[in-house]
Amino acid sequence: MMDAGRHPRIQLLVNSEVEDITGFVGNYQARVRRRAQYVDPAECTSCADCEEVCPVVVPDEYQQGFSSRKAIYLPFPQAVPASYTLDADDCLGFNPIACGKCLEVCDKKCIDFDVKDEIFDLEIGTVVVATGLEPYDPRPNDEYGYTSFDNVVTSMEFERLICAGGPTEGELLRPSDQKVPERVGFIQCVGSRSTNRGVPYCSNICCMNTIKQTLQIAEHYPEARQTVFYMDIRAFGKGFEDLYRRSREEGVDYVRGLPGSVEGDPETGELVVQVENTLAGKREEHRLDMLVLAVGMVPRKLDTNGNRKTGTGKTGNGKASASKRPIDEILSLSHTSDGFVMEAHPKLKPVDAPTRGVYFAGCVEAPKDVKDSVTQAGAAASRAGNLLSAGQVRIEAITAELTADLCAQCKICAKVCPVNAIVEADKKSDLYPDFIEAACAGCGTCAAECPFDAIVMRHFEDQQIEAQIDAILADDPMEKIVAFACNWCSYAGGDTAGTSRLQYPATVRLIRTMCSGRVDAKFIWHAFEQGAPMVLVSGCHFADCHYIDAVTWTQRRVEKVWTQMEKAGIRPERLQLDWISAAEGQKFARVMRELDEMLRTVTEEEVAQTVSILKKKNFGAPKKVAPLLASDKAPEKAAAPVPA
Amino acid sequence: MSDESPRIGVFVCDCGLNIAAFVDTEEVASFAAELPDVVAVVRNRYTCADPGQQEIQKAIAEHGLERVVVASCTPKIHEPTFRNCVAEAGLNPYLMEMANIREHCSWVHMKDRAAATAKAKDLVRSAVSRAGRLVAQDERTFPVTDAALVIGGGVAGIQTALELADGGHQVYLVERSASIGGTMSALDKTFPTMDCSI
Repeated sequence: MMDAGRHPRIQLLVNSEVEDITGFVGNYQARVRRRAQYVDPAECTSCADCEEVCPVVVPDEYQQGFSSRKAIYLPFPQAVPASYTLDADDCLGFNPIACGKCLEVCDKKCIDFDVKDEIFDLEIGTVVVATGLEPYDPRPNDEYGYTSFDNVVTSMEFERLICAGGPTEGELLRPSDQKVPERVGFIQCVGSRSTNRGVPYCSNICCMNTIKQTLQIAEHYPEARQTVFYMDIRAFGKGFEDLYRRSREEGVDYVRGLPGSVEGDPETGELVVQVENTLAGKREEHRLDMLVLAVGMVPRKLDTNGNRKTGTGKTGNGKASASKRPIDEILSLSHTSDGFVMEAHPKLKPVDAPTRGVYFAGCVEAPKDVKDSVTQAGAAASRAGNLLSAGQVRIEAITAELTADLCAQCKICAKVCPVNAIVEADKKSDLYPDFIEAACAGCGTCAAECPFDAIVMRHFEDQQIEAQIDAILADDPMEKIVAFACNWCSYAGGDTAGTSRLQYPATVRLIRTMCSGRVDAKFIWHAFEQGAPMVLVSGCHFADCHYIDAVTWTQRRVEKVWTQMEKAGIRPERLQLDWISAAEGQKFARVMRELDEMLRTVTEEEVAQTVSILKKKNFGAPKKVAPLLASDKAPEKAAAPVPA
Repeated sequence: MSDESPRIGVFVCDCGLNIAAFVDTEEVASFAAELPDVVAVVRNRYTCADPGQQEIQKAIAEHGLERVVVASCTPKIHEPTFRNCVAEAGLNPYLMEMANIREHCSWVHMKDRAAATAKAKDLVRSAVSRAGRLVAQDERTFPVTDAALVIGGGVAGIQTALELADGGHQVYLVERSASIGGTMSALDKTFPTMDCSI
């Protein structure tokens, strides 16, 4: 921690949050807000004079609420930066100024109530997300009497009770009467490995953490009797089995079976645990002085203020957050079914995000111990370092290009571009839109929305996509579903269904585009005109869209097509719109089954009728650029036929 | 190169038994050979392996291929592989197209070989049809800003920041709370070494 604090090439921004990240691999811009630092960390000497006079006493989050702190305080003894910090929510010195005692006693004059939030606009080449996880909160489900009995604590609370720097200076005192417990129990898998409460996955670290804690107790209190209630002990890592064996040799009793009930005696603080010992095949009653819940680990959640919620006691120090958008949303990160961020590939690219130049380190990806976090951090640093050291980055040639003679300077492209890569046209000064290749992310929304077909998406051109549609419908069209799938989510969701071997009917044919925003209405009309019984447009969930809000244009466009279908006497149900994330293999397979069922309801007569309607309508045909301004208002029907 | 009817080569991959066990790849290959503009078809056990890639390069030279279609797995895994492969043989990498007959076909239609084979053929036809209209592209390079943003000052963020900074890169380490340290700083001891966490 200290190394990071004093490294000449690391700028530490604490009390800070990322508000926005734009740009592309190698060339990102990040906006970071540092909340007002009422104590100047460069000047503070941690003399503690301010703390002594501060009249406000609140529970200390770092100590899991077992002790108190002042409104101006050192987060913990080894904090980096080693500076006092002022909690504006608790302090009396704000509005109206009622206190100000700390100001008076601070020799260095490093406290200032008038400072404001600071904004840092950073130019960066790469982003590493290491936002961690949080412990499972046992309160909502009242796990094992946690909310009723003082002597039932979580494993995180136990850490503070056994720590020399903790509220009891390392003496393990149970909360109800501050006595050293003689009989301590541990319950494993609290909130983990359950399909009906908590999370279904194994939280990875709790077995070893409990084993560690039993050894700590054995070291401090050799006389204490310890019992661990477990389903399976997972001691799979290097050196782990040795620790487990040591714990058993210290006399810790491992009982296979999770307790059915915990009752507490309010007088004595004693806890009575009923458990079925599944190895012995009998019901047992255990009388304990203290019970530690080995709580699972869950993806970090953010409340509506963007503050993180921790599972135990009060929240962390992250208060008065200005940012409401979690980092997952800012970076359009997808999540696997367990809620942790999804890697570009679970085996081959385990620290890469699907977005180039973004990497993961630590528990944001999955629960892991310190060693694995450090290992993964090294991998992420290596991946990020390779990119930075290369000095330059090659960008895929999938960007938008303007065909100026078709352009009517209508400005729609600039309006719909989610990444501001198009500088608006201006008809008055005869200015055509300017396409900034470096900024273009290749979503294709501009090309799909351009009423004049004046934009070419490199490598995802109209004629290329239409050729795919034609090929799919060449034989047996009645047995085919034409499905447009975006590269990042839906197509990848199909891949996930494949790797998971989820079976679905073989009627669907996918056409990959970078974004569902690329799916021009004319592609849909083209498919129906070529005899497609069913068409699917699929993309990312709104929060996951890799092109910010391009998917909203997809939705509007599909809705418009639905309306036109209805008016033309074509069943709108034959065009489906679905959002499938890369992790949703199950959903992908389900949607494919549902589409197949719908396909069975479409008759050959219906398709033939659609084809004949569409041959007359010319839906989706481009407008022609006319020399007169009035041409903008020309009805679509009067426009030229669809180019082949 | 004539854009009207480019010479197309199709490479159908067995992927060991990942594809071949559920799709009749021989039938797919014969089907591909009959498609317009297709002048060469090769079936491989593992197209992504060196011998498979050499087959592609050899066919490009022998048949003067102007487009390459690889029917194998998802482009998310091997598109870069095959783009490099055709580029080494002198073909613009954007003239290579993939048909995903594994994740989107053999692995999801394991119980109906006929339907899976029919779908694989369609996917190949679709890829060949698209390939015929592909256009050579030049990728542009852009300079990289030599700085990293590390979000989160727990053990993973700290370690990443140190590694990058030691490697000579500028690092911004952003932490929401008042001190770095994260969850680890609240632990007393850590396994397996049973030493202090801070």
